[in-house]
Amino acid sequence: MKRFVGFVRKEFYHIFRDKRSLFILFGMPIAQILLFGFAITNEINNVDIAILDQANDVASKEVINKIAASKHFSIVDIIQQESSIESIFKKGKVKAVLQFENNFGNNLIKEKQANVQVLTDATDPNMASTISNYISSILKKYQQELNENISIDYQIIPQSRMVYNAELKSVYMFVPGVMTVILMLVSAMMTSISITREKEQGTMEILLVSPLKPFQVIIGKVFPYIFLSVINAVVIVLLSIFVFNVPVNGSLFLLGIESVLFIITSLALGILISTISATQQTAMMISLMGLMLPTILLSGFIFPISSMPLPLQVISNIIPAKWFIIIVKGIMLKGIGIGFVLKETLILLLMTLLFIGVSVKKYKIRLE
Amino acid sequence: MGITISNISKSYGEITALSDISFDVKPGELFGLIGPDGAGKTTLFRILTTLLIADNGQATVAGYDVLNDYKSIRNSVGYMPGRFSLYQDLTVEENLNFFATIFGTSIEENYDLVKDIYVQIEPFKNRRAGKLSGGMKQKLALSCALIHKPKVLFLDEPTTGVDPVSRKEFWEMLKRLQKKGITILVSTPYMDEAALCDRIALIQDGNILEIDTPNAIVSHFPKPLYNISTNNMYSLIESLTNYEHTYSIFPFGEFVHYTDKRDPIDKASLKTYLESQGLTDIKIEKTQPTIEDTFMELAK
Repeated sequence: MKRFVGFVRKEFYHIFRDKRSLFILFGMPIAQILLFGFAITNEINNVDIAILDQANDVASKEVINKIAASKHFSIVDIIQQESSIESIFKKGKVKAVLQFENNFGNNLIKEKQANVQVLTDATDPNMASTISNYISSILKKYQQELNENISIDYQIIPQSRMVYNAELKSVYMFVPGVMTVILMLVSAMMTSISITREKEQGTMEILLVSPLKPFQVIIGKVFPYIFLSVINAVVIVLLSIFVFNVPVNGSLFLLGIESVLFIITSLALGILISTISATQQTAMMISLMGLMLPTILLSGFIFPISSMPLPLQVISNIIPAKWFIIIVKGIMLKGIGIGFVLKETLILLLMTLLFIGVSVKKYKIRLE
Repeated sequence: MGITISNISKSYGEITALSDISFDVKPGELFGLIGPDGAGKTTLFRILTTLLIADNGQATVAGYDVLNDYKSIRNSVGYMPGRFSLYQDLTVEENLNFFATIFGTSIEENYDLVKDIYVQIEPFKNRRAGKLSGGMKQKLALSCALIHKPKVLFLDEPTTGVDPVSRKEFWEMLKRLQKKGITILVSTPYMDEAALCDRIALIQDGNILEIDTPNAIVSHFPKPLYNISTNNMYSLIESLTNYEHTYSIFPFGEFVHYTDKRDPIDKASLKTYLESQGLTDIKIEKTQPTIEDTFMELAK
């Protein structure tokens, strides 16, 4: 036990004296979560649009007012003729142009049908479709208000409601993903680097010629990172609750336990990487290419798994991050208990045991 | 309780590092492994410290088999690798403390063993190991290898890259450690250090050339040896290389160590020959062979 404590103390010295790894450990999580939370987002806010109002009547004014009142759009230009539409798009001043037909108000009352054209700049397709969805929903709302007063038509109006993330806030989606990526990165990369550093600097040679057993070295290496990763997880959850108002609907305790499980999975992967790489550089490359990319691309963090081609869907099953993201989303957003994420938890547990088993088997008790 | 090595061979692919090596180190002996870079010294150390497995042969250290009892060996030997292998970002004291702890002991417990060495680096105990000078690093590494009171101490080129004064001090320390009953196997490329060992093995290209006490090895030198010096070293070597009676020449500081094919040597005719080559200030004196001379002779 004294040996173990001595070893762990030494690891902490290494971590706290290496400014670069300290930065990766604590700077990166905060930077990433803020970046993903604020900058990289699917929501639209204050999108610049222009209006071409050929009707210029009461109805069109009312619609324009409603759009101007929403926080999603700001009307930056009123144009007069159709020919200016193209030039205004080319200048990149606006993302959308709203064109009201002649006699918009009259048509609406007499013909019970009026047209508005929504032109969007589809160089950014996601943005364009989001904008057009938002505008249609504003129009629909206006239409409903009209019908309330008249109530002649029998209309079936579909009412869709988004559950768990009613406002479709993308930060809700990113928090579980960012948490997963950071825990994976910190745990796997930092452990694999710290073990290969011993090999590279020749200190592994002395550690081998000492009474320390392989599992003592490995646990001693891993223990500080469990501790630091837990701190990271707590920081991320606190940031998401207090900065982004992401709710934690489920049990915080369960979230903590699951996070520790995932941290251990990542650490086991880190140990595995260190057994197959001889230098810190190799370890870092394998961690980045072999873990980070799949974690970001194939885990369902950014791209939905269900819309991937079948082979990739199959591959995504062996990525631990996929299961952890399901668990975190379930606990944070849906507020479900252990019963609903039992399968995912067991899969993670099995993966962890497998990684640990292979690493202990592959751990070299000699130099070659 | 010393070291026994019998018929050890090791090769890395095509390259033979050690071929059929056998020798014993007696308990309490200060044994030197002398040879140039690439002779196989480090490979032998790694086999004895259980870091590598030999292709053939057996070896025991402190009575334990290197293959089957490797755990017992790891408990009871001290090892100082050729490359400085301590934690550069830890201070002197932290390094020593760490190695004491992982061997289940403490600095206080074995302080008397490392005292002579440690007092010299103690003024720098709060300095990071990476910032120490070469000699200091070696003293710290030796302290770390000693802190758990090993029965056998393996020192792989401990004085390479260390200044002459520190080298001398280092060897004095080894002598003191030997008096405390520790068996020491030390390797070095410096022939002058060989004379300080009880016995030495000359090793080259994975073969042992000779094993004996330094004096005995020197006395095995086959021919009378002469120091020759002139006004011009370069043309002296050139002239002697072309001289018909030359058996061996070997530059040695300001002299050339010379042996002759004839016995006894004809000093007068040698001097006449050198004068005919345009050399002046010619001195030819008999001298004692050194281990280096013997090594060069054996390595021929």
